[in-house]
Amino acid sequence: MEGKDMASSAMLSIASAGPSASAANCKASLRKTKIGSFDVRYMLGKAKGNPFLKSQCSGRVTMAVAVNVSRFEGIAMAPPDPILGVSEAFKADTNDMKLNLGVGAYRTEELQPYVLNVVKKVEKLMLERGEYKEYLPIEGLAAFNKVTAELLFGADNGVIKQGRVATVQGLSGTGSLRVAAAFIERYFPTAKVLISSPTWGNHKNIFNDARVPWSEYRYYDPKTVGLDFDGMISDIKAAPDGSFILLHGCAHNPTGIDPTPEQWEKIADVIQEKNHIPFFDVAYQGFASGSLDEDASSVRLFAARGLELLVAQSYSKNLGLYAERIGAINVVCSSSDAAARVKSQLKRIARPMYSNPPVHGARIVANVVGDPALFNEWKEEMEIMAGRIKNVRQKLFDSLSAKDKSGKDWSFILKQIGMFSFTGLNKAQSENMSNKWHVYMTKDGRISLAGLSLAKCDYLADGIIDSFYNVS
Amino acid sequence: MRRFLGRRWMSASAVGWWDNVGLAPKDPLLSVTEAFIADANPNNINLGVGAFRDDEGKPLVLQCVRDAEARIAGAEYLESISRQGTLKLVEESVKLAYGENSDVVKEGSFAGVQAISGTGACRLFAEFQRRFQPESRIYLPVPTWSNHHNIWRDAQVPQRTFQYYNLASKGLHFSALMDDVKNAPNHSFFLLHPCAHNPTGIDPTEEQWREISYLFKVKNHFPFFDMAYQGFASGDLEKDAQAIRIFLDDGHLIGCAQSFSKTMGLYGQRVGCLSVLCVDKNQATAVKSQLQQIARAMYGNPPAHGALLVSTILGDPGLKSLWVKEAKVMSDRIMKMRAALRDNLERLGSAFNWEHITNQVGMFCYSGLNPEQIDRLGNEFHIYMPNDGRISMAGVTTGNVDYLANAIHEVTKSG
Repeated sequence: MEGKDMASSAMLSIASAGPSASAANCKASLRKTKIGSFDVRYMLGKAKGNPFLKSQCSGRVTMAVAVNVSRFEGIAMAPPDPILGVSEAFKADTNDMKLNLGVGAYRTEELQPYVLNVVKKVEKLMLERGEYKEYLPIEGLAAFNKVTAELLFGADNGVIKQGRVATVQGLSGTGSLRVAAAFIERYFPTAKVLISSPTWGNHKNIFNDARVPWSEYRYYDPKTVGLDFDGMISDIKAAPDGSFILLHGCAHNPTGIDPTPEQWEKIADVIQEKNHIPFFDVAYQGFASGSLDEDASSVRLFAARGLELLVAQSYSKNLGLYAERIGAINVVCSSSDAAARVKSQLKRIARPMYSNPPVHGARIVANVVGDPALFNEWKEEMEIMAGRIKNVRQKLFDSLSAKDKSGKDWSFILKQIGMFSFTGLNKAQSENMSNKWHVYMTKDGRISLAGLSLAKCDYLADGIIDSFYNVS
Repeated sequence: MRRFLGRRWMSASAVGWWDNVGLAPKDPLLSVTEAFIADANPNNINLGVGAFRDDEGKPLVLQCVRDAEARIAGAEYLESISRQGTLKLVEESVKLAYGENSDVVKEGSFAGVQAISGTGACRLFAEFQRRFQPESRIYLPVPTWSNHHNIWRDAQVPQRTFQYYNLASKGLHFSALMDDVKNAPNHSFFLLHPCAHNPTGIDPTEEQWREISYLFKVKNHFPFFDMAYQGFASGDLEKDAQAIRIFLDDGHLIGCAQSFSKTMGLYGQRVGCLSVLCVDKNQATAVKSQLQQIARAMYGNPPAHGALLVSTILGDPGLKSLWVKEAKVMSDRIMKMRAALRDNLERLGSAFNWEHITNQVGMFCYSGLNPEQIDRLGNEFHIYMPNDGRISMAGVTTGNVDYLANAIHEVTKSG
């Protein structure tokens, strides 16, 4: 008999004497006796091929393991998130000159977090109204779903008028992507997703956890610090027909490099040729150019061609609602009937994930976008935020051009768009930025311009030039 | 319809990708509300969703919540504040579950994360269970909240059931429960409702919990508690956590999902907590990091507003004691309605035994009504409840309890 069974049967024989009669004795002996066992070989067997378990080679343990031993003995510490880890390193640094160019969260010129005035106004209104806190339906707040689709496609767009868009409120961009990924896994079990190289790090985690296979298409060209358009087209063409192509609607993260309108047309051509499904991640609508409509033009271009597509949206950056997790997944279908069916299945995925989405952020967005005066105010604030970033890009470019006597062309900083800039610095050079210059950025050379002030551009330029030329 | 190949513009009526996507069946609980809303009859009663209603049948926002809202307004989008809110929420949640003075809380030997209410906490745990105990299964009581089945299924953890409800006695089938626990392979994972079982309202007694805990130790089973109604069973928060405390005393390292949806009336805010007890702080740190990683690929960070409300309330002695009072008012109203409904049915001369209405605890009454009777209640009397006969007592008011009793009597008296 195995050790663990002997332990169990020993305890069962005590138990069969009648728990109530000898309860006190049993409890006393249970506390002293270590019962139960786990077979480490069993765990090692499971550890093989399971990247999450670390194996232990302490041999087989029998009878001597306390019930206090956890089942989760073999669990290793998860690696720190590469992006959020930057902020932590920044916090730990005590140097006066330190600069946090890690996370893509907007900061003012004084490098303070910014709560939009329009959000403060709406919150005050909501507080005065004293709204209920009832459950939303699984698909979210109807008023929110309406305005978010209209914001994305344009209220007059045929896809909206014909009822062909299935919109479900999601937990920001991440949550919306995850629901879409689960939908892909369920209904397109043999399909894969193509993501840009590079892309936002969490994209891979989302598709991995949703068990959707993915591969990369070329995107960033380090030689030009620009778009590898031929590589991109070639890889999209080479993918099996009916693949999902993940595209950043505007302000590509992490590079800041967006295709031109002509390039978008060609991308749409090849996607249609191959019968692929475009899957847009729109996390920066309004933040790229300052115009909500302009930033949605890539999505609208594809929709105008009659293509069915998916779009994940986030209001984390453009309304500063990072903490409230407000976004949406939109699926454009060829008919309103298909949209109704798709929506019902998205709900079926959401219910066992979180039941229904949080109400607070949805109400804020619905109130802002739904009220013309507030909507205009929002547009103005967005222009100011996007404007600040453009100014900072200009200043950084000017500083770099002035200080760098080698004649290197730094204009890619001006051509890139949105919160992020791919500086072209490699891992060692990025580390030099942190270690020597106390400038915190991600190891792929990405800086968040949202965290940069005009006042610090000169200092940053010095650091970039030093790292670029003196470190390899 | 055929796929449209080639370099052409698809017309709106062309074949779509989603042809193979069927219309999903409606969620059984939420479709009850839909039917109720569609019915314009003035006597209509919604006994579906477990959301508290006051005696006028209106949703209720607690005063402590309004006070907290006013306090936090305008400040919460600062990331530092929302991070603090999350930490404080977890801190206060585990105190509620395990006791302020418990070793677990004092030593910090737990991995605690904010979750998207009870559903999110269960799902996080199910994903974690699959990742780190890939051969394991979950044992769910019969019956249980319907979404439990969906959660573990979507997390791809195979499920089994254990007996719980005794149809004949309308009570707990204790011996069958113990048999199933005994017969399950050692080291199995079990989902338990620590108080106010949903949907039956039937909880084990203290002594029964002790026996269950004991057998769990013998079998080395993993107890996972889903606590969505703390305060609603007995009216006493500490008393309602008793099952958990018993297991803690016996040395079990449990997992626990907590929801503030009903307890604080924060339904749409999605505030909850998942905690997993560990051997020490080191393991707790590792487990927490893994839970956060699972969450990061599911929704990133949890929503801040609700967490800030809860942490403000629980962190302020005045607000906290106001909350405790208000929670008791809610549970008292439910108990009063139970008594009134049973009383009415007995006075109407019903031949049936309606003791279970007051024996059961929490928001729900497992009425014992059959689908035919339930249909009649809907069609003839405009009273809506799910097919399993679960009545949400929160939907019963002094204004409608007579009507309800009459209707139930009507549909049951003909046998």
